[in-house]
Amino acid sequence: MEEKDYLKDISEIKNLMNRSSQFISLSGLSGILAGVYALIGAFIAKMLLANHESYYIILESHTFKMMLLTAFSVLAMSVATAAIMTYFKAQKQGENIWNKTSKRLMINFLIPLVTGGIFALLLLRNEIYGLIAPVTLIFYGLACVNASQNTFRDVRYLGITVIILGLISTEFSGYALEFWALGFGFCHIIYGAIMHFKYDRK
Amino acid sequence: MSILMVNDSADFNTLKELLGVTDGNLASHAKALESENYIMIQKQFIGKKPNTSYSATKEGRKAFTDHIDALEKLIQKR
Repeated sequence: MEEKDYLKDISEIKNLMNRSSQFISLSGLSGILAGVYALIGAFIAKMLLANHESYYIILESHTFKMMLLTAFSVLAMSVATAAIMTYFKAQKQGENIWNKTSKRLMINFLIPLVTGGIFALLLLRNEIYGLIAPVTLIFYGLACVNASQNTFRDVRYLGITVIILGLISTEFSGYALEFWALGFGFCHIIYGAIMHFKYDRK
Repeated sequence: MSILMVNDSADFNTLKELLGVTDGNLASHAKALESENYIMIQKQFIGKKPNTSYSATKEGRKAFTDHIDALEKLIQKR
């Protein structure tokens, strides 16, 4: 009988620790969808590249602008989907989507992400194209690892995988699109699925 | 203490919501912890509203860790 009380004590402690620092309404399904959007985007980009006439893509060309547009749309749709699905999940759980933990989550996620974004834009401006894909992947992975303190631990592993992919992609300069498809596409689908089956059906 | 171990600090209302206790209950427990020097209480004003935040002290963290270790040993001894 005494042992049960001790176990109860420990589980209550763990419970409080988790509830006070982790945002559990993050939707795994939105991760899967984000991955799908990314793969579609990569496919579109591949088509755009194939249809482009000359050998190089200059910054001002129509093709490049379309690719940029595709990238932004994928990003916007992924974020919107994640926000909406997380909101509904939070509602279902009776939790507030906007509380101290989710605020901390946002800040921890955004700091590396925005840094990476600005760095990538600067690289673009300085015409150092070979590093853009690795940089975006690495900083996104770091952002995930940082954000995972405030939500599910699985996000941490997603982050590490993307970081590794980003590092590897540095060695394969011409395959930015493929690595993006792997990192933003497949990884999100896999981890999103894991998170969905682990947490979304409660 | 559990909450303060994994967060740099927590304010009164957050603690109250997570623990599900009354104002008086929380305040008296907090006072007790503070008198043992396990936690630090910081009172300030956010604009016009008073805000009290709590954080764990080094002694508090050590005491908590000792407590957890003791609990684990007791469970393992069975």
